[in-house]
This record gives sequence, C-alpha cells and structure tokens, in this order.
Amino acid sequence: MEQPALLEMRGICKEFPGVKALDNVQLTVRPGTVHALMGENGAGKSTLMKCLFGIYSKDAGTITLDGREVNFKSSKEAMENGVAMVHQELNQALTRTVTDNLWLGRYPTICGMVNESKMRKDTKDIFDELQVSVDPRAIMSTLSVSQRQMVEIAKAVSYDAKIIVFDEPTSSLTEVEVEHLFRIINMLRNKGCGIIYISHKMEEILRISDDVTIMRDGQYVATRSAKDLTMDDIIKLMVGRELTNRFPPKENVVGETILEVDGISGKYTNLNNASLELHKGEILGVAGLDGAGRTELLENIFGSMTREGGTMRLYGKEITNKSPKEAIKNGFALLTEERRATGIFGIRSILDNTVISNLKSYLMGGVCLSKKKMQKDTQWAIEAMHIKTPSQQTQIRSLSGGNQQKVIIGRWLLTNPEVLLLDEPTRGIDVGAKYEIYQLIIDLAKQGKGVIMVSSEMPELLGVCDRIIVMSGGRVAGEVDAKTTSQEEILTLAAKYV
Amino acid sequence: MSKESKTLEKEAQAPAKVKQPWTAKRVLDKILDNALLILMAIAVVLIAIKNPNFIKARSIINILSQTCAYLPVALGVGGCIVLTGTDLSAGRIVGLSACVSASLLQAVDAASKMWPNITPPPVLLVLLLAMVIGAAIGAFNGFFVAKFKLHPFIVTLGTQLIIYTVLLLYVKGGNNGGMAISTLDASYSNFITGSFLKIAKTPIPNYVWISLILTAVMWFIWNKTTFGKNMFALGANEEAARVSGVNVFATTIMVFALAGAMYSVTGFIEGARVGSNTANTGFNYELDGIAACVIGGVSFVGGIGKIRGVIIGVLMLRLIFVGLNMVGINQDLFYLIKGGIILFACALDMRKYLVKK
Repeated sequence: MEQPALLEMRGICKEFPGVKALDNVQLTVRPGTVHALMGENGAGKSTLMKCLFGIYSKDAGTITLDGREVNFKSSKEAMENGVAMVHQELNQALTRTVTDNLWLGRYPTICGMVNESKMRKDTKDIFDELQVSVDPRAIMSTLSVSQRQMVEIAKAVSYDAKIIVFDEPTSSLTEVEVEHLFRIINMLRNKGCGIIYISHKMEEILRISDDVTIMRDGQYVATRSAKDLTMDDIIKLMVGRELTNRFPPKENVVGETILEVDGISGKYTNLNNASLELHKGEILGVAGLDGAGRTELLENIFGSMTREGGTMRLYGKEITNKSPKEAIKNGFALLTEERRATGIFGIRSILDNTVISNLKSYLMGGVCLSKKKMQKDTQWAIEAMHIKTPSQQTQIRSLSGGNQQKVIIGRWLLTNPEVLLLDEPTRGIDVGAKYEIYQLIIDLAKQGKGVIMVSSEMPELLGVCDRIIVMSGGRVAGEVDAKTTSQEEILTLAAKYV
Repeated sequence: MSKESKTLEKEAQAPAKVKQPWTAKRVLDKILDNALLILMAIAVVLIAIKNPNFIKARSIINILSQTCAYLPVALGVGGCIVLTGTDLSAGRIVGLSACVSASLLQAVDAASKMWPNITPPPVLLVLLLAMVIGAAIGAFNGFFVAKFKLHPFIVTLGTQLIIYTVLLLYVKGGNNGGMAISTLDASYSNFITGSFLKIAKTPIPNYVWISLILTAVMWFIWNKTTFGKNMFALGANEEAARVSGVNVFATTIMVFALAGAMYSVTGFIEGARVGSNTANTGFNYELDGIAACVIGGVSFVGGIGKIRGVIIGVLMLRLIFVGLNMVGINQDLFYLIKGGIILFACALDMRKYLVKK
C-alpha cells in the first residue's frame, strides 16, 4: 500500500439526534484498486458515502481527493470533480431514452438546439469502450436492471470519474450479468480508477477486491488486503460485538402446528417454491440478503402479492388468502417493511391509526362508528403496548419510530390474529425501543400466537426466534435452530443461490 | 474479450431482438394499443356512409381549421401535464386575451367603441401583447407550483377565479359597459379569418397557418431544446433531474409561462374567429385541452407525451363533434360520447404503467 492515495477520508464523524452514526471513520482508496467496504446493516457504510457526496454534511474530518481537500455540496458537484456513484436504487427518468438520462443536466447544444447526434455518438463511444450493448435510443423503462446499471456506470465514465462507488451492485443481477459487471469493473480498475465496492456477498468481495475496510456500529474496525483474508475473518471482524442483555428472556412455549405453507411461488416476483411450518407460540425467523424474497414470502402468504401454485393450511384447513381482506378474516396480520410508506397514516391520529383494520367491530346498528368503543380500544393499545403519546388525537407521524411501530402492532392485535407476519419490525428504531419491541413479540408468542419475523439483523434473529429459515434467491435455502446455529452458518446458507 | 464471450453477452443483453410469435395475447395488445385510431377510423367510415358530405373538402377543411383553433391550448396544457400537473386557468386566459385583443382592435366606427381614443395598433403588436399577458399569468402559476410545492390543480383553480374577476371588470371598462366586444377592425378580422389560399374552392383561414407555425415551434421546443428535455426529465423523475443539476424551479416556471403564451394565441384567434367577445369567451377550453392531451397519450404519470399525440387528440374531439352534428345525433349525447372516450383512452393508457405484484 505504498502508492499515494487517490481518495483519503480521515476522522469522519457524523451525529444524528441521539445516534452517533459515524465515529472517527477512515477510508483510503488507492488508484487502480477495488476497495470493498463491509459491515452489517446500520454499520454506517451508506452514511459514510453520503458524507462523501455531500448529501449529509459531516461534523468532523477531512476528505482529500488527489491530494486536494474537497467538500462537496451535492452529488452533481461530486460528479463534476470525478467522484461518481452507482446507486443500489437507480434514480433515473424511466420514461426517457438512455441518451437523455446519460446527459441529463448537461446536454450539449449548438445554437440553442440539443446536439442529438453528438450525444448519441458520445454515448455509443462510451458503450463501445465499456463493451455494453445497449441501444442509446431505447427507453429506460424497457431495459433490464443490469442494463440500467450499465447506463449509470456509463454516466460515471462520461464524467471521467476517478472514484466510482458501487452500492450493492449485484443484488438484483443474474450470474451472467454479474460476470459482465465484473469485467467492466476490472476494466475501470486497469484505467486507474479507484473503485469503492459495497456489498454483503463475501465470495464476490474476496474475488474482486484488492483491499477491504470493515466497519461496525459506525466505527472503523480494520483495513486489510483481500488476499490475506478469509470469509471467516471478515465475518468475525464484522460481527465481533458483545451480545449480552440485548434481548429479553425467552419464555414462550412452542406447541402444535398452526400454519403449513407448501410450495408457494410468486406470480410476478422471484419467490420460488417456498414452504414452511409454524407452531403455536413459536417465533419463526426469516433470514436472507436483500432481494432474497423474504418480503415476497410474507406478502404472498398475506395475499397482497399474487401467488402461483402451492397450498396453505391453517389448523389443517385449507385457506386461500387471495387478498389482504381475506387474510385478515382468516386471522393473519402483516406489519409491513416500509413503515412510512405502507404502515402508518402519517397525518392521522393515533386513534385513527389504531382502529383502521378493525372498524367493523365498532359499528352501531351497522351505520355509525362508536366513538366510545374506539377510544376504549385505543386506550387499551396505548397501555398494553406502552405507547408514549400525549393523547389519542396526536398525529402518529410526530411519534418516534418505535412508538409508531407499537401503534401498528396494537392495530393488528385488535383484529385478534392467529398468525403475525412481521417484516423488519425494528427497522429505524433506536436500541432502547428495540428491546421493548422484542418483549412485545415474545409476549405475543407466550399468548399462543404464531409469529413469522423477517429481519436483516442477524443477532436479533438469533436472540428472539426459535427457528430460523434462511432464504436465498427467492428460495428457502435451509432451516436452522436458533439456539445452536451461528451467524456464519446463516450467511453461508444465504449465499447458496445468489 | 474473446469472440465467444462477446456473443454470449450480446445474447444476454438483447433478448428483445428475437422475433416474437403472433400469439392471441400479442394481437390483443396491438389492438388495444391502437384502439383509439381504430375506433376513429370506424367512426369516420360510419359517419361518411350516413352523410357523404362528411368527407367532402368543405367538411374536412372545417374540421381541420377548428382543430387548429383549439390546438394551441392543448399544446400549452400538454407541457403542464408532462410535469404531472395540469392547468385549469387556460380557458380564462383564452377569454382575457380574446377580450383584450378585440377591445384594442375594435373598428374605429364601431358603435360604443370600448376605448374610443385608441386607433387600432398593428395586429402583430397586439398578438405579442396578448402572449406577454398569458405568459405572465402562466409564470405566476408556475411560481406558486415551484416555490410552494402546491399542486398545479390547486394553484390554477385559484388563479382562474382571479382572472375571471379581472376579465369581468375589464369588459365593463371604457364605453363597453359589459357588452360583447364586436365590430372588429378589418386588419384583425382579415389577419385571422381571411384567406389567401383555397383548396377545392374552399378558403383556408389564415389562423390555420399561425397554429401550424406554433405547432412546429412547440415540436422544436419539446424535442430539440435543453429546456424541452429538462421538462420531460423533470416530469419523469424530479429527484433524478435535481441531482443531475437541472434547475427545477426555473424549468417549472417556464413550462407554465410557455403554456400561458399558447393559451393567449388561441384567445387571439378566437377573438376574431368568434367575433363577439364576452367574459364567457374561452369558458371550459381547458377541459377540452386536457381531454385532447390525455386522449393523445400525454400521460398524467408524467414525462410522457408527443406533439403528434396532442394533435391527434384535438383532431379526434373535433372529428367526433362535427361528425355527430352531421349525422344529426341529439346534441345531449355529445357529452356522454366525449366522456366515454376520455375514460376509455385513459384506462388504455394506464394499462401500460401498471406494475403487477
């Protein structure tokens, strides 16, 4: 590591209210190398990148590019200075052409007219250089994810980027597409670019990268040369945290089978022939990487995605769950992954948010809703869930994430469900509130409910669940016992079909 | 890279190039994609059988010139729809510019001339003035949309009411006292409704040329300028446009200002074409304009639309209107048919953007 660094980030700190997201983090990228940035979800990788691109302003630290200190204010400014990013969620104007997207914000003109032919020729040149076969005239939305990603890479190249950040670039690519991506990354590396590569996939990292920097809980852990590392080393460095007292005692007792799901697939999603069994009083974890089909599994069971094939039985009786309405009637409840988008009704009150799934039971004479009954149930939810709120009429969006989540759990408990499907129940919730959510989940199991819980945080699955199924590439890759398994075993299974 | 891997990659990258077989589903899709054109063709044939005059030169030129009168409004509002917005103030801007133009260009010998002291200025100067007024109101709309992030529906719902008051007060100004503004100066009438070209012995009114020139200009703006491309990018994904360095604020204001100027052109044409202008001139024109756009595939999804589509939309509405008149269908049914077409066209359009899960 003797060459001068292309990009050097030193002592980067970033604090959000109540959370130290980055604490004295460093990252040094050499020219002509691929530098992998690793860490669990929430370790601070994306926050670090957002500080680099000026999306967040850092509280402390310096960023040096090519020996010159920089402090970008926007991603546009970063791009113009040769720092580009290929986002995991591609932010593109889908109804426009490839060329239009590539040159958006800096169209070449001759006397006020956009120079289409130059634009198309330049696009073609870059595509040829990258050996990408995409029609510059094609409409963005007709391209595959891989092709759209290629366009984004081409955009970075067109800015003559020296540093290119790839954020989980392979999460929705097929194997052939991954090979193509790697050829392009190698080409960029040989040109002398510094590549920052963010990924959870160990094999990929070990194959493509030169250096690896590992982060944990917003802190810098280590930078090593990739050839000196094994998968086990990386996992140890990533995980190595104390696990005492983060979880409440598990007092639930597993009983008879209540739900059997046999070979269901998604009609429009990658869910492929998934089966599982859930017992009374059991907490079943679902582990896997992003895009492994975990959310799809829950939403197919709940009927909010279209199912193809397979059967489901509740207490031995076949059920269809063709729509969420039917699923709720059958005793299912789904806590969705995106709380803000599909969970809460932000500007409505706690009361409105609590009773929405159970309105039928408040009808008086089939016409008007009983305010008294609704207030009584809302009060029950506030007390039973320990929701901290000034009143029932408070807008739910003014509560903290943890309290919002408790309102939604309360909402579902009012429908008296048999099976609770929880999708990332602790996402975006601070550590103290997480404990309360875990306690709630365990209490529910104690009352004899069956719980299926999807989570990206492995310690959480190990600490709360009884059994864990691991998904990979839309399939169930295996099942492990939460008491005896290890994070290593789960990670290996999660990589089985990617 | 070896030759083999290159072919392999080509196969992986371009599976769409394979010729698809004509399955029943694909035939149905093709039919649905072109359903409006097919229906239009059927309608023309049916109407022509019932009344052969429908396809004679006189009738065709009548339909085309009516299309040209309405076209600028539709082209203007089309830009607002591309930004996932709309513009309800179009009709009132048409009315205001018609009244302003007509009042300034009233004949010197008109009875109770609105502004007796004004001798009619050059026609083009008045057109320019009307366009400036329209653009200013449009920019006002755009400012509220861009600055306060208000939905254009709300903003223009408000401004169209404000403009209506201005309009009501204006027609009561001078010696007019709220009467219809008529008896226009010959320079104005000739400029709009006069003709220097006849096809099949039918004169083509001059405003057709104005409209066609403007359509060409709009086509150029939409397709060839940075502004046009930014407009579409903004409509498709505002955030992507912003991070790419597009000036979202200025682009939004310009789209609305341009739209306002276009409405004024229709106002200027209508002023002389109708010849008798009141505060109700232009009433509901925005609805016809919006209807024409959505029929022509300018989608409320945003970022999608072609000048060609807008022209087809306006033409279709006029065709149906004139055609139904000629076969003597009860006028009350017109609205039903128009409404049906709008719903049908939009449902067909949305089909393309549905994401199944």
